[in-house]
Amino acid sequence: MITEENITHWRSQFPILQTQVNGKPLVYFDNAASSQKPQRVIDSIVHYYTRLNSNVHRGVHTLSQKATDAYEEARTALAGFINAPEKECVIFTKGTTDSINTVASGFSQAFLKAGDEMWISAMEHHSNIVPWQMACERSGAKLRIIPMDDTGTLLTESFLNELGAKTKLIAITHVSNSLGTVNPVKEIIAKAHSLGIPVLVDGAQAAPHMKVDVVDLDCDFYCFSGHKMYAPTGTGVLYGKREWLEKLPPYQGGGDMIETVSFEHTSYNVIPFKFEAGTPNIEGVIAFSEAVKFIQDIGIETIHAREAQLLAYANKKLAEIEGIRFIGTAKEKSAVVSFLLDGSHPYDVGILLDKMGIAVRTGHHCTQPVMDFFKIPGTIRASFAFYNTETEIDLLAQGLEKAKRMLL
Amino acid sequence: MSSIAELENEIREDFSLFEDWEERYNYIIDLGKDLPLIESSKKTEERIIKGCQSRVWLNAELREGKVYFTADSDAVITKGIIALLIRVLSGHKAEEIARAELHFIDDIGLKEHLSPTRSNGLVSMINYMKNYAARYAESNA
Repeated sequence: MITEENITHWRSQFPILQTQVNGKPLVYFDNAASSQKPQRVIDSIVHYYTRLNSNVHRGVHTLSQKATDAYEEARTALAGFINAPEKECVIFTKGTTDSINTVASGFSQAFLKAGDEMWISAMEHHSNIVPWQMACERSGAKLRIIPMDDTGTLLTESFLNELGAKTKLIAITHVSNSLGTVNPVKEIIAKAHSLGIPVLVDGAQAAPHMKVDVVDLDCDFYCFSGHKMYAPTGTGVLYGKREWLEKLPPYQGGGDMIETVSFEHTSYNVIPFKFEAGTPNIEGVIAFSEAVKFIQDIGIETIHAREAQLLAYANKKLAEIEGIRFIGTAKEKSAVVSFLLDGSHPYDVGILLDKMGIAVRTGHHCTQPVMDFFKIPGTIRASFAFYNTETEIDLLAQGLEKAKRMLL
Repeated sequence: MSSIAELENEIREDFSLFEDWEERYNYIIDLGKDLPLIESSKKTEERIIKGCQSRVWLNAELREGKVYFTADSDAVITKGIIALLIRVLSGHKAEEIARAELHFIDDIGLKEHLSPTRSNGLVSMINYMKNYAARYAESNA
């Protein structure tokens, strides 16, 4: 049972939610782009620089040991968060994009060649399109697209029948950032595995909002970002099964990722270090683990339940607005509402909402192919986090009515 | 015809009458709705100023040593701001346009539209107008 007190207490931990924008209390509905940060995550960054700052995996001195311990404890925390079977399978990256590029680079070097095929879906974010286009360009493999219908639901049946010996990888988003669709990744993975095909899941929009269990999903790779789940920017995870991470070539060369170096030959370090070249984002990773503890203290199930309430309320409330057109009406949805107001450009609506202190995203949301599919220039997207409220959704609805009056 | 500086001042005066953002934006929206459209034959790919969120078409023409602009956009607020730029710049000598600093945009509270995060092509549009004029001014120098 989620009470008013719970919500007030959650909100009180986010200093930015107490601020004003353009003279109005901030209504922050751009959580799918980046979430806000609770005080304890902010504090952990300060704590790192005041008490721990030192390079990791290098020094014998006490501070370096402490920083390394905190960094490696963060790996354990993140492994626990997604139920990874061993912490060595959790690679720290700059974010989802970096995680996907790591795999795409390795695949194009070692596992893709001319004549091969790989699949992504019609609703991918640019970061799960472009790295694969580049990988296919380098290797000569062909990139194929899983189609979707006009509710934003993937048409998996025909695609599953086309999988075969030529298929080398499926890279698919768990939850669509622009439509909110939750994809049946577990079913896709099971079918792909029955044909020996590995699957990478882009979990950027899933990890903050629902229980992710990489063992239950049985995915070969799972990628997500810290900054969308209350952690600092520049943090992310690439989870991979050990067998894959061991045979995947390293992405970048540098310190920490080596075992021995000579001018004739370098042998690489074991996982996870093989994929963590150079000094990592130490304070970011430590703060990332603080964000995980923050989520665990509330409970990801509670967060999920609260966001489902907000989505249901927003769907009902916004549907009362005359001339609203929802984009993305799949049955299984995360707390994202994408829409258009008849006769107005999303950009105009976004500008006016901003004047009212309401932060939404407008535009193509880095999913231009999705916008092309619906033949629209973009959408207005409100994406919720558990700290949002029904009152804020009411303000959005009023703001949209006002924008409509001004624009039409 | 008034100079660019005089036209900028006129706009400053118009905007000084508005009490809040709503009045300001209502005026811009009205300007956007009234902006005479660019001829549809000129709404070509080459005339699109690339912007992330709203599309802007801009055409520049020379007549008797003066530069005339017409434009359109799919977003009405963008269009309203274009109408202001056209009101200030169109019909002036190339050298004058190239030199114009356009401080009025800041002064009337529209600076935010020049920020790259807005990605509305407005900065590109101003650059395009001024570069076009500068190129012509140079070739005539």
